[in-house]
Amino acid sequence: MTSLKRSLGGDVRQYGIMAALVVIVILFQVLTDSKLLLPNNVASLVGQNAYVMILAIGMVMVIVAGHIDLSVGSVVAFVGGVSALAMSDAGLPWLVAVGIGLLLGALVGAWQGFWVAYVGIPAFIVTLAGMLIFRGLAIVLVGVTIAGLPAPFVQISNGYVPNGLGYLANRDIVTLLLGAATIAALAVTQIRARRDLVKHELKVDPFGAFIGKLVLFSALIGFLTWILAGSAGGTPIVLVIVGVLVIVYTFVMGKTVFGRHVYAIGGNLHAAILSGVNTRKVNFWIFVNMGVLAGIAGVVTTSRAGAAIAAAGQNYELDAIAACFIGGTAVTGGIGKVSGAMVGALIMGVLNMGLSIMSVDAAWQQAIKGLVLLLAVAFDLLNKRRAPSA
Amino acid sequence: MSSQSTILEMRNITKTFPGVKALQDVTLEVERGVVHAICGENGAGKSTLMNVLSGVYPHGSYEGEILFEGEPCNFRTIRDSEERGIVIIHQELALSPFLSIAENIFLGNERQTRGVIDWTKTNVEAAQLLARVGLDEHADTKIVDIGVGKQQLVEIAKALSKRVKLLILDEPTAALNDEDSAHLLDLIRSLRGQGITCIIISHKLNEIASIADSTTVIRDGRTIETLDMRGDEPVSEERIIRGMVGRSLDHRFPERHAVIGEEALRIEDWTVHHPLQQDRVVVDNASLNVHRGEVVGLAGLMGAGRTELAMSVFGRSYGSHITGRLIKDGKELTLHSVGQAIRAGIAYATEDRKRFGLNLIDDIKRNISASALGKVSQWGVMDASGETKVAGKYRADLNIKAPSVDVITGTLSGGNQQKVVLSKWIFADPDVLILDEPTRGIDVGAKYEIYTIINALAEAGKAVIVISSELPELLGVCDRIYALSQGRITGEVPRAEATQESLMRYMTMEKEVSR
Repeated sequence: MTSLKRSLGGDVRQYGIMAALVVIVILFQVLTDSKLLLPNNVASLVGQNAYVMILAIGMVMVIVAGHIDLSVGSVVAFVGGVSALAMSDAGLPWLVAVGIGLLLGALVGAWQGFWVAYVGIPAFIVTLAGMLIFRGLAIVLVGVTIAGLPAPFVQISNGYVPNGLGYLANRDIVTLLLGAATIAALAVTQIRARRDLVKHELKVDPFGAFIGKLVLFSALIGFLTWILAGSAGGTPIVLVIVGVLVIVYTFVMGKTVFGRHVYAIGGNLHAAILSGVNTRKVNFWIFVNMGVLAGIAGVVTTSRAGAAIAAAGQNYELDAIAACFIGGTAVTGGIGKVSGAMVGALIMGVLNMGLSIMSVDAAWQQAIKGLVLLLAVAFDLLNKRRAPSA
Repeated sequence: MSSQSTILEMRNITKTFPGVKALQDVTLEVERGVVHAICGENGAGKSTLMNVLSGVYPHGSYEGEILFEGEPCNFRTIRDSEERGIVIIHQELALSPFLSIAENIFLGNERQTRGVIDWTKTNVEAAQLLARVGLDEHADTKIVDIGVGKQQLVEIAKALSKRVKLLILDEPTAALNDEDSAHLLDLIRSLRGQGITCIIISHKLNEIASIADSTTVIRDGRTIETLDMRGDEPVSEERIIRGMVGRSLDHRFPERHAVIGEEALRIEDWTVHHPLQQDRVVVDNASLNVHRGEVVGLAGLMGAGRTELAMSVFGRSYGSHITGRLIKDGKELTLHSVGQAIRAGIAYATEDRKRFGLNLIDDIKRNISASALGKVSQWGVMDASGETKVAGKYRADLNIKAPSVDVITGTLSGGNQQKVVLSKWIFADPDVLILDEPTRGIDVGAKYEIYTIINALAEAGKAVIVISSELPELLGVCDRIYALSQGRITGEVPRAEATQESLMRYMTMEKEVSR
């Protein structure tokens, strides 16, 4: 067991949670008579959970820095409402409306970031207030619903990457190419990273384990690509949006000075201050960023429904927070990865879908999700307590 | 062996922390109904000894035995020792600020019937206890609304409510003004009159001379001597100081060839107030300077204001209402943030590396680069391989003992953690380095390495300020030493003229009080 831990490079929690996802997928595949992984179900799994994944990206940064954001669900409804009004009442083109939505998200984030970073009010309070404020504003603006949005806008969440290349063995070639590109990109970055580690004589996995991992992940992506290519439309557009965001934010958190500052603040605030990190500025931008991502989630949610709904985004903040914690983000801050939060979001998404296919009552679904969240964090804590030096 | 009059006997107490022997064969005998003082430098082991006695360190985590009123004690928690009548009042008071005096007195020991608090009994008993300690406040008053001096009295009232037989006071007057101190000492005398034994830990030697019946001196985790303060010959402060510092230089220092250059930093008329109690002066009109290539020491006892002085200079990271001038390389500086201080070429390595110095859940390389990310990034994007290379260089240069720079700093020993902190600040390439207790809690071998690093920095033309509680260390590494007492600079001594005794004299110099 210890040698296994060592060969996993200390990332036990990260791999543990991925293994849990695979186990849950297999479990539901069996329980639903292989319906879970039907192509159209996989495609709608993406569509249904895009909002959690987008919000969880921002939430990971917020939580790593030692804060929380309870307002994102309300911001989703608020931004959705304003973009819909821009299209329906003001008659603006849909792209402009999307731009307005993202800008509005940034403004909301700046507002909350100001109170958290420069006034020093705990984020819990600021965003609890934001949750009420922006829900209220959404209801004032939208009333109940604003429907009849332009078709291209609705396509954002309901459309697919156009199939211009035809089919191969009844599979969408564009999707297959996207999958192949992803695998190639993964292989190149992994091999480069490994070469760099070797150059500096840092600890690397044994060569066999490295290749094994690479093959396993490639096979997994290939498998999912193959299924998705067989769905009615191919690659959902939101999958591309989420994919790009994941890549960008993995880079931001892993490779930039800003990302480093976020981890430093969460790991030891005092040490960060005494190292000259401008903690206020960093905290401010973390919230602006969260606002923009909530704006994107607002656009995606509104597009998916084909209408702005005043009650949209209810409990989205809790879904995003749960995804982060299931994905191994530390409750005390300082530790957490975008990839982990994505796996956390997928675990919840698969649970939702699997239980729905099995026609389990929605109330029970909620209870089960709660239990999974609790167990995931408990597992994490126990794991840490057993290996205090890790 | 122990006579009838002995209330407490601690025999051959040895307590080890990872890498450090905090107490070694310490023996302490306290007579019933006396005030017994414990003296020693910072880090001599006084607080550790009291924590062993009161059960903060449970039985089994140390060697040796404790006899209280002739019976052996195996305390597992503070509660165990309190049940026997041993109560410790820590320097940092343990009161709950938004509860009343009465509620605090009976906290954890509530006057109750089946879980329901008996408020009448609580308030009546609290009032009696307050009268006993001479505190003229209503028992309903909240702790936040009374001053530190009165809070200290509440702590004593709380101890009395537990039927205390042996009261331990850790630096009770450190945060008090003269009037409150005098009142507290009177109270301790009257408690002695009521048969309560007191152990008092204090740096204020004149207080000890006036109140203690006997004094035990601890140095480097060992008992040095116990002085009878009521003998025919009065024990002078000089006599106590000799016991506190009179150690042989048991660890050697690397040889030093100082080449002293231009003045690098001058601090003029620097005054700093406490960040919360804004009328309390922590650093009082201090002026000092340091040259390139020079190592300057700051000596002072706990609460003298050394760390506060350093941190307030370092981009105002401590204090309020800071006044005075900073002149670096002949030009006046105005620093409002740590970032500005670092850019101006000033670095401060904290005394508390675990709380303020390192991100313990992150690895060596990321800790080393933390204060100078600009040097290993371009357009805000980290140059991961450059960062690794830099960290690898410091790991080799400073001999950080870890298999790779990927090791999480929380798993390193104190000495290696300190080397990571030093690497971080050397990498930031400052002109002036302030090192606060650079060898605290690390073993002798690693200390020597740290001294070598300090020497190398000075030889490279840096100006280094070393804050230390260990006088031999200051005498071993510094070219010039300033002594601080109660926020004021009380002396400046070149290395050639400094002795431990002369420094301790300056460090214990009281403010002249006109009465």
